[in-house]
Amino acid sequence: MEKEKKLEILRLLQENARRSPAMIASMLGVEEAVVLQVMDEFERDRVIVRYSAMVNWDKVDERRVTAVIDVKVTPQRDVGFDAIAQRIYRFPEVSSVFLMSGAYDLQVVVVGNHIREVAQFVSEKLSTLEHVNSTTTHFLLKRYKWDGVIFDDGEQDQRLVITP
Amino acid sequence: MKQLKSRLSPVVENLPPSGIRRFFDLASEMKDVISLGVGEPDFVTPWHIRDASFDALSRGFTSYTSNRGMSQLLEAIADYLMGYNLHYDPDRELLVTVGGSEAIDLALRAMLSPGDEVLIPEPAYVSYRPCAALAGGVPVAVPTRWEAQFRVSTTDLESQLTARSKVLVMCYPNNPTGAVLSETDLQELATFCVQNDLLVISDEIYAELSYGGKHHSIAEQPGMRDRTVVVSGMSKAFAMTGWRIGYAAGPEDILSAMLKIHQYAILCAPVMGQMAAIEALQHGEREKQRMVEEYDRRRRLMVEGLRSVGLSCHEPQGAFYAFPDIRSTGFTAEAFAEELLRQQRVAVVPGTAFGEAGEGFVRCSYATSADQIEQAIQRMGHFLTEL
Repeated sequence: MEKEKKLEILRLLQENARRSPAMIASMLGVEEAVVLQVMDEFERDRVIVRYSAMVNWDKVDERRVTAVIDVKVTPQRDVGFDAIAQRIYRFPEVSSVFLMSGAYDLQVVVVGNHIREVAQFVSEKLSTLEHVNSTTTHFLLKRYKWDGVIFDDGEQDQRLVITP
Repeated sequence: MKQLKSRLSPVVENLPPSGIRRFFDLASEMKDVISLGVGEPDFVTPWHIRDASFDALSRGFTSYTSNRGMSQLLEAIADYLMGYNLHYDPDRELLVTVGGSEAIDLALRAMLSPGDEVLIPEPAYVSYRPCAALAGGVPVAVPTRWEAQFRVSTTDLESQLTARSKVLVMCYPNNPTGAVLSETDLQELATFCVQNDLLVISDEIYAELSYGGKHHSIAEQPGMRDRTVVVSGMSKAFAMTGWRIGYAAGPEDILSAMLKIHQYAILCAPVMGQMAAIEALQHGEREKQRMVEEYDRRRRLMVEGLRSVGLSCHEPQGAFYAFPDIRSTGFTAEAFAEELLRQQRVAVVPGTAFGEAGEGFVRCSYATSADQIEQAIQRMGHFLTEL
């Protein structure tokens, strides 16, 4: 299968992972077996890492707090930022870690059940790590749009039921 | 005083009521209807276009524009048409109108003398007939056939041609059939039009929604530029139906006549819409492409779905409609649509709304989400197995 079609499968699944392989096959004009085979390949190569739901936690869990932490670190000989990044991302409290260009090095996102829990993680675990020079913690106040999805989208289909 | 109704124009009185009105009323009263009956994109106008319109408003663009349209927009349209190998002088051969609909009306009014016949390949968009009649012409249906995938041929035209035939109004990619014309079709039609001295109004509003290759206009064919008015607009390609911005492109003589009507009857197209259209034509390519790709995927889903529940359906090559054959069910198009709506709450449009040649077919729009299409197909499947 040509590369562009394979990428299409990824896009369609990323948009809605519950789409059936049969439906995807039909949308792309290919056989279902081919879609299944491509999905298998992607899963094996960890291109597709998992199938999950995008949840708006604000609607169900009032206690949940998210902190975005800018971390400055000293890179190490031979391993650069990777070793320190790994030490950070192994903590289960950490939901994501990115290496950034600009004023700081690592952006660490931490999710907890209480502001104190997050504060404790930063002061006791994160900032005490060797090679971590400084941290700046920002608490996330509201999620408007995440990964292409607008959470409180008031735009509804305004069209008439039937038009010529 | 005489009855008010009897004092009104007999031409208007004699116009048939809209074929979808009753059906619309029925569908509007029902809950949980999945509509495949909508003739416009389900996408909202791309944000950058809406944003440009806010900006225009805040900068005070609230006045009339020149009758022909804003020069920046006319130039953008001229540039855009060059991409289709169509070359028009923005100052003399283009006109911005209130939707493609106004352009069709203007062209017919500019071309027709009382009693002139207007050839309309059917099934066709609903406004050509009444507009022709209102302009004093006589609309003449030219039935196209399922066997020819609803592409109009010179044989079809020949059968309806008379000494009074003056104008051919055609729409490809076609609403409601999704048909497009091949290069050979266009060549043959062009030769026929030149031989029989027909003027052509070519409604190309769905040009961007061509799935089998780039759209070609009949105006490109030898001898056609000087007898063709190309009608298009922003509605379908850029999801801008409500903005009401269309345009006409054609030889100066016809366009000047159209401009004359436009300046007295309409004055100008709305300025906010024109500003939005400039943004769409200059920066809208990416979003447009995204929408076209999405339609293309849904198109396959729709056709495969319809076939899987037992309806024959040509693969539409353009626009966003499938036009399945429902003759095997024994229903008329109208009865099929009504029963499907009542029993399974799926709205489709009976083919007869687009002329008698639409009998035996229904129009299913795939300008709706893939999930909705899948559900609609399931419901249609239930409907058909319970027959």
